[in-house]
Amino acid sequence: MKKRTLALALGLAAAIALPALAQAREVTFTTELKDYGGDGAYVALYLTDADGRYQDTLWIAGEKSKYYKHLRDWARGSGQRSAEYDGLTGASVGSGRSLTLTLDLADELIDAGYEVRVDTAVEDMRDNRADVVVPLTTAGAGQPVSGRGYVQSFHYTF
Amino acid sequence: MLRQLHSLPGLVAALFVIVLTVTGAILSLNPALERAETTVLAAGQISVAELAGRVAEYYPGAEQIERTPSGTLIVYYTRDDQVGADRVDPRTGQAIAAYEPSSFSRWVKNLHRSLLLDTPGRAVAGITALAMVVLAISGALLLTARLGGWRQLLRPVRGTLSQRLHIELGRAALLGLLLSALTGTYLSATTFGLGSEGVEAEPEFPLEVNGGPPAAIDTLSALKTTDLSDLRELVYPYPDDPTDMYSLGTDQGAGYIDQASGEWLSYQPHDATHKFYEFIYMLHTGEGLWWLGLILGLAALTVPVMAVTGSIIWWKRQRSKPKLAANSGPNAADSVILVGSESNTTWGFAKTLHDSLVREGHRVHTAPMNRLAFRYRGAKRLFILTATYGDGDAPASASRFLARLEKITRAPELPVAVLGFGDRQFPQFCGFAKEVETALTAKGWPQLLPLDTIDRQSTQEFARWGNTVGKVLGIELTLIHTPVRPRTTALELAEQVDYGADVQAPTAVLRFKAPESDGKNGLLSRLLGRTGLPHFEAGDLVGILPPDSPVPRFYSLASASKDGTLEICVRQHPGGLCSNFLHALPIGGTIDAFIHPNPDFRPASGKAPVVLIGAGTGIGPLVGFIRHNTSHHPMHLYWGGRNPRSDFLYEPELNAYLADRRLTELNAIFSRVDEGAYVQDKIAVDGAELRQLIEKGAQILVCGGRDMAASVMAALNEVIAPLGMDVATLKAQGRYREDIY
Repeated sequence: MKKRTLALALGLAAAIALPALAQAREVTFTTELKDYGGDGAYVALYLTDADGRYQDTLWIAGEKSKYYKHLRDWARGSGQRSAEYDGLTGASVGSGRSLTLTLDLADELIDAGYEVRVDTAVEDMRDNRADVVVPLTTAGAGQPVSGRGYVQSFHYTF
Repeated sequence: MLRQLHSLPGLVAALFVIVLTVTGAILSLNPALERAETTVLAAGQISVAELAGRVAEYYPGAEQIERTPSGTLIVYYTRDDQVGADRVDPRTGQAIAAYEPSSFSRWVKNLHRSLLLDTPGRAVAGITALAMVVLAISGALLLTARLGGWRQLLRPVRGTLSQRLHIELGRAALLGLLLSALTGTYLSATTFGLGSEGVEAEPEFPLEVNGGPPAAIDTLSALKTTDLSDLRELVYPYPDDPTDMYSLGTDQGAGYIDQASGEWLSYQPHDATHKFYEFIYMLHTGEGLWWLGLILGLAALTVPVMAVTGSIIWWKRQRSKPKLAANSGPNAADSVILVGSESNTTWGFAKTLHDSLVREGHRVHTAPMNRLAFRYRGAKRLFILTATYGDGDAPASASRFLARLEKITRAPELPVAVLGFGDRQFPQFCGFAKEVETALTAKGWPQLLPLDTIDRQSTQEFARWGNTVGKVLGIELTLIHTPVRPRTTALELAEQVDYGADVQAPTAVLRFKAPESDGKNGLLSRLLGRTGLPHFEAGDLVGILPPDSPVPRFYSLASASKDGTLEICVRQHPGGLCSNFLHALPIGGTIDAFIHPNPDFRPASGKAPVVLIGAGTGIGPLVGFIRHNTSHHPMHLYWGGRNPRSDFLYEPELNAYLADRRLTELNAIFSRVDEGAYVQDKIAVDGAELRQLIEKGAQILVCGGRDMAASVMAALNEVIAPLGMDVATLKAQGRYREDIY
């Protein structure tokens, strides 16, 4: 479990007025993995815009940064700069386990065309970019979606 | 010191080392198996572009192509929104089978590198690898010391079964194990950031792309110029995203490729450290070098055997070491006792001295003579208690003493008292003790007491010496030595064959069995082939305690315990306490006996011929060697007796062995017949033949009386002089061994 206030500082999101940042909502992301039968999975949760362009990192599960390049889309978007994920990392997620993450997200990020994406990677197995792609909307809250790779189901709740 | 450096890490790490090597051996099969089911195209045959073109026919939704170091091609794809991975044929781009990494391999791999315990386990595995480096190096040094130099490293080894297995396997696998251990240590060090694994190329992410319509993959120029054998992975752009690009990783570097123009958008080579890391990784895993993997795996398999035999060797050594209470360190002690002992009897006396001095309030350091330190900081006096081995040689625990003494350059200031142990019957009585005394005097060591000797473990003489020591130290020193009676087994005489009564050499072949009645011969024991006898081989010694004497007499064994009997050959000496006792023993009578291993006196393994030389009862162990020569190595026997009609020991048996080729040649020479001769005379006559055998690497084993042994040595010296060698050379090579009495 992890709590943090996400304050986006993006050129694109410059429209987000500063006072509005004070208004944040607690969002819980739950990622359940399949029984893929491999070592612990590296998982990246991150935000993109509607075109899939990387915006910000929510969480990286997996402790060795030398393997982060296998979280391919995230790696490409973030450039793997440590500033992007400092303080946002934890243990990898075992086969059949789930990752629950609670963050404070600014209201402006919700229903604003942003997407939550999940990249997954397992040693000696395939890398899944965009294992999960789901828009961050009020309507989508609590709606489980299944992933294409190791993710069994993913949902978020406010 | 070196030995501790070998045995301590060995004992501590034994279990981990076994886990690591067994798993390593299993994993070592993977590269070869992978290679066997993969078609590998030679370099220059096909480019990545061609391959990708073929793959595109079968996998329109291909997302990534990966090439493992062994050459397996894996295509990751999406089809009907489901992801999958297939192994494909590089010639056609067609699927061979679904790619499913084995979960067993994965489990073994995790056990190998982390003992399934993640980071703490990885640390343990790394330390174990380091322990293996220490073990391999210290083992190699010990082996060199034992065999007498690097050049002798391939010489045949002798010793107990455990020792032989440990040494033979160790030297066969040494290089492989050292390579595995060193590379493993390095890999582990990089995992923990103690070493750099270098930087894998991180090409810059291109900010601009051509943006034109994507070209067909087999037309992309950057892919066309990349050979398949250099490919690591090719990641496709997202379909329908004109701003996306290909990313390509090769053995040399990595970069991004424009999907419209096919040009490199960015490229960066791997750095040298990373290439080194990958090279080490390949050496360790055999991935991409399958044959090396198999060799390393085979070498690793020797380790469990070495861990077990090593522990046995250590345990036996510990058990035979006398237990000393309050043994001070070499620099803390005021009195130092050094012991030269072959069969541990002298240790018993040393312990008595040690305990008495400790009782008197001294700090005493007692150690084998081979551990002579270069300096004893607090010591005021040094006692050397030593037996003599064979013909004036150093006993086992003093074999390196004189060499060590030679190396001490510091002016000696410790007064020394040397006490020799021996048997006045032998010409070289306390020969080694005298040699030690002479060497010490020559080096200028002051004398605490002049050399004294103890005949036949005499407790009275020892007590007298104790009084003298006490006077010098100004204390009352009472040395009451009670010889420790060795743990004996009761054996029952089953058979006696007499020879030689007519030639004044009454000799008997005696066969003993374990008593039937002690209940150990149950069904289970019989099924297991247990004979109730302690373990021994032909050539070992049996110590027999005659009634009313605490001092054992030793006889060479003519049988092995697996034969089911303990067989010795005993000549009756007038007035001999033990030989008369044995000759008078009725069938069914019992003796108290224990085994003293003599692993050096054995035929060496291998194809070289063996020359057995003996006289009289010396035939005993020799006939044992012949009896067990079921693999028909060439064995030539020279044996001397008195008269073929009276004391031709084992005559029928030897003839039978000649017939079934266990014995190649029998030369029985008799002294009390017309034109009688001794065994050494026959050796001189057969000079040319023996010379040939020795040139072929023959090993010579001599058993019998001292005088005969001396004559044989002199005769052989003449025989082999034309070869430019003498018996001393053969002895140094381990090819001339004696069991003399």
